[in-house]
Amino acid sequence: MLGKLSWDAIPFNNPIVLIAFSPVVVLILFLLGLVTIKGWWPYLWREWITSVDHKRIGVMYVILALVMLVRGFADAIMMRTQQALAAGGAQGYLPPDHYDQIFSAHGTIMIFFVAMPFVVGLMNFAVPLQLGIRDVAFPVLNNVSFWLTAAGVLLINVSLVVGEFARTGWLAYPPLSETAFSPGVGVDYYLWSLQISGMGTLLSGINLTTTILKLRAPGMRYLRMPIFCWTALASNLLMVAAFPVLTATFAMLLLDRYLGFHFFTTDGGGNAMMYINLIWIWGHPEVYILILPAFGVFSEVVATFSSKPLFGYRSMVMATMVICILSFVVWLHHFFTMGAGANVNAFFGVMTMIIAVPTGVKVFNWLFTLYGGRIRFTTPVYWALGFMVTFVIGGMTGVLMAIPPADFVLHNSLFLIAHFHNVAIGGVVFGVLAGYTYWFPKAFGFTLDERLGKAVFWCWFIGFYLAFMPLYALGLMGATRRMQHYADPGWQPLMLVALAGAVLILFGIVLTVVQLVVSIRTREQRRDLTGDPWGGRTLEWSIPSPPPAWNFAVLPTVNGTDAYWAMKQKGIQPLVEDANAYQAIEVPRSNPTGVFLAFFSVGWGFAMIWHIWWMAILGILGCIAVSLAQAWRVDNETTFSAEEVAAVERARLGQEIPA
Amino acid sequence: MNRIVSDGTTSDPSGAWSACMLSCLGKFGRVGLILPPMAAGLAACQEGVLSPQGPIGKAERIILIDATVIMLAVVIPVILLTVAFAWWFRAGNDRARYLPDWEYSGRIEMIVWSIPALVIIFLGGIAWIGSHQLSPSEPIISAQKPVDVEVVSLDWKWLFIYPSEGVASVNRLVVPVGAPVHFKLTSATVMNSFFVPQLGSQIYTMPNMTTQLNLQADTPGVYKGLSAQFSGDGFSDMHFELAAVTDDQYQDWIRTTQAKNNSLDAGTFSTLARPSSANRPETFSSVDPRLFEAVSMGGLSDFSTQLEHSDAR
Repeated sequence: MLGKLSWDAIPFNNPIVLIAFSPVVVLILFLLGLVTIKGWWPYLWREWITSVDHKRIGVMYVILALVMLVRGFADAIMMRTQQALAAGGAQGYLPPDHYDQIFSAHGTIMIFFVAMPFVVGLMNFAVPLQLGIRDVAFPVLNNVSFWLTAAGVLLINVSLVVGEFARTGWLAYPPLSETAFSPGVGVDYYLWSLQISGMGTLLSGINLTTTILKLRAPGMRYLRMPIFCWTALASNLLMVAAFPVLTATFAMLLLDRYLGFHFFTTDGGGNAMMYINLIWIWGHPEVYILILPAFGVFSEVVATFSSKPLFGYRSMVMATMVICILSFVVWLHHFFTMGAGANVNAFFGVMTMIIAVPTGVKVFNWLFTLYGGRIRFTTPVYWALGFMVTFVIGGMTGVLMAIPPADFVLHNSLFLIAHFHNVAIGGVVFGVLAGYTYWFPKAFGFTLDERLGKAVFWCWFIGFYLAFMPLYALGLMGATRRMQHYADPGWQPLMLVALAGAVLILFGIVLTVVQLVVSIRTREQRRDLTGDPWGGRTLEWSIPSPPPAWNFAVLPTVNGTDAYWAMKQKGIQPLVEDANAYQAIEVPRSNPTGVFLAFFSVGWGFAMIWHIWWMAILGILGCIAVSLAQAWRVDNETTFSAEEVAAVERARLGQEIPA
Repeated sequence: MNRIVSDGTTSDPSGAWSACMLSCLGKFGRVGLILPPMAAGLAACQEGVLSPQGPIGKAERIILIDATVIMLAVVIPVILLTVAFAWWFRAGNDRARYLPDWEYSGRIEMIVWSIPALVIIFLGGIAWIGSHQLSPSEPIISAQKPVDVEVVSLDWKWLFIYPSEGVASVNRLVVPVGAPVHFKLTSATVMNSFFVPQLGSQIYTMPNMTTQLNLQADTPGVYKGLSAQFSGDGFSDMHFELAAVTDDQYQDWIRTTQAKNNSLDAGTFSTLARPSSANRPETFSSVDPRLFEAVSMGGLSDFSTQLEHSDAR
């Protein structure tokens, strides 16, 4: 009846898991109870859960990412504590089977469920506003994408208490991830949660690509798009091109595991290196899916707060698109040590290095954007400067490892771990946190507390250096990754420094929550009524904060880059004086398709993981039924009358529009 | 293409000079990074990839340090300029010139594309030549006869077979100092990576596949070896030691090992292949000559051994 599922699946005998999870369960029950008692469900359902407004969906993505950041970080600090303790003969407090799950979950969660939703959330929120349009190309699909991602998140968190997670590392290399070596449900949790959320990511990529290519404000040619939209375009093109590879690769591993195929097994002619090639054909573009939008955020932030246009806009566009293309021809640098021939290694090494050229150009262009500016040192600027200083070090170690013979001694070492955290934290995390602070007032109509924001920055910045510079050194000393314990007590002092860095980052995360709470409580003092708190340059700052459901009452006409800055220079008011200029606006209605699809997908995924076949059939039938119901939905739009639109605009400016 | 050439001697004055220069450069590199923890770790570096004991590791260290220094020549100015521009062009500084519309300069564009391009052309050359010179399968040219070793990674230990001598050992690799060692590697379990940090290049061991690696130890000593590719629960203890000994000691070791009476046949091998970790070193006086080939062709990983395997996990 319940397949492989039994009471044994719940780790009653593992106090660490139970202690870690009990407060989470209590918190979730408390929140659900609160929402129920306060009667917030109808509001949440109507305005958020079923919302197809790209701004709301963007915010939900970011909330999801922040929640999962806590989960992923809990794994990180457990790993750092374990490695700080388990030196010499010591075994630490995490046995291998548990430690292996933690590092696998940490990587999987941080990439798929923190970085991805954060980046996708920012793009969802900002891209349509910057393009001067009212929504994305496929609003309902947008909601579906979000909920499929959330379904993946739910499944991966269920693995914490029901069963186990993968013990294979975050990319589940076969043959270790094959049934012969990983017979448990851990790898299945990994595969199904990523299959379901990966579908969401692909749909989201299609949606934003279409939006950018097909829907732009009148006059916004490609070379007038804000640079963040260019980076978003590159990122979404990569999603469309790369995620099907991931889905297909996982599908092959699933066939091996469920139906006895031999794609990657040790017997029957399977070849694990095929998986490793395929997974990195997705995996390397994935790196750029995450970092390119972060580059976009920094470009906006540096230009805005320098009160200057971005230096070398066309160069930036070119660099972005060159990176987008080159990211597909470098995957082999993740395994130079597999013993390919010298020509193959040399080719991929040189291709990898070439990516450093456009990336270097970007850094120089930010530098010259600062030059001649009047830089206001807000929190986003702190993140941007911290990024520029940190990222070049990560870029340098990256190029170093792109040299095959150097990689032969650095591969899989803690040096590698330090390198990719250097670019992932120094690049992606700094970038999304800059974007979060930058666009927060646009989303909610008040700014975040600056002092706490800067405290968060310093915690992450110093914490990063403390946590990862020792790992560079340890890597050079011959320390490899994923060690549950190690023999050399000489490594312990550096491991302790790294732990101290992780603790500092913990303060940063705690302060992020404090900042949010404090800012909400003091929102009246920090309210922004202008819609343009930073002296912005792009169109999102020309409309009220938070923007109305239709974003732009009248679609703006664009004559160049930095469209809103140009309007301000020419003294053009975004307000249209003539009330007759307002027209009725049609916006899509809330739609529960996404949340229902997610419900049935979770059922399907959970059933497949535990081999509960009847439930799997129900899950898939449910998904099909929901999709069909959506296909036949007719009443998809709602209309705001011209008077309603005009009234909102008037209220915003507190003035009468002459009739 | 040039190959790594070693005359097998250990007292090469020019080698000593370059080693000295390199250690100075190395210190410069580390100080240059302004990374205090790295300096703290200097002492412990004595056993890492920055204190190589063979020609491959030494050549790789040169590349590592040269490339770092070359890149630091760009990276450090960029960091300093970032801080300097940000400070000078702060909003409160009346002496700084405000250029509100300055967004393009063909000359600067030219320079910002050229600098990284030139660095990468230079480093790309290093990468291309280095990839060929230090290709793991490239034999080391030496007056001394190379020693052949076949390596099999098991759960979670290393098996070393000496096909010419007909002996085998577990978790302890003995090689003569100054002689090139030619490894053929495979895995009787999941993927692992064979790595002796102080000798240089690592390489994957993969089931049903054979990889090649050439290394050499120039100084007598015992060096740590490990698996650098996560392979399951016993991974953290999947270590071995590599003893580089004089030729006489090596011959002695072979003779002593051969004199024992324990052979490694298919039966012993399947016992050995069962998952276990932190195994003490052991030796076998004789070994089935077809063993390595059988393992690397997947001949031994039949269904029953896999079942045992998964049970034990």
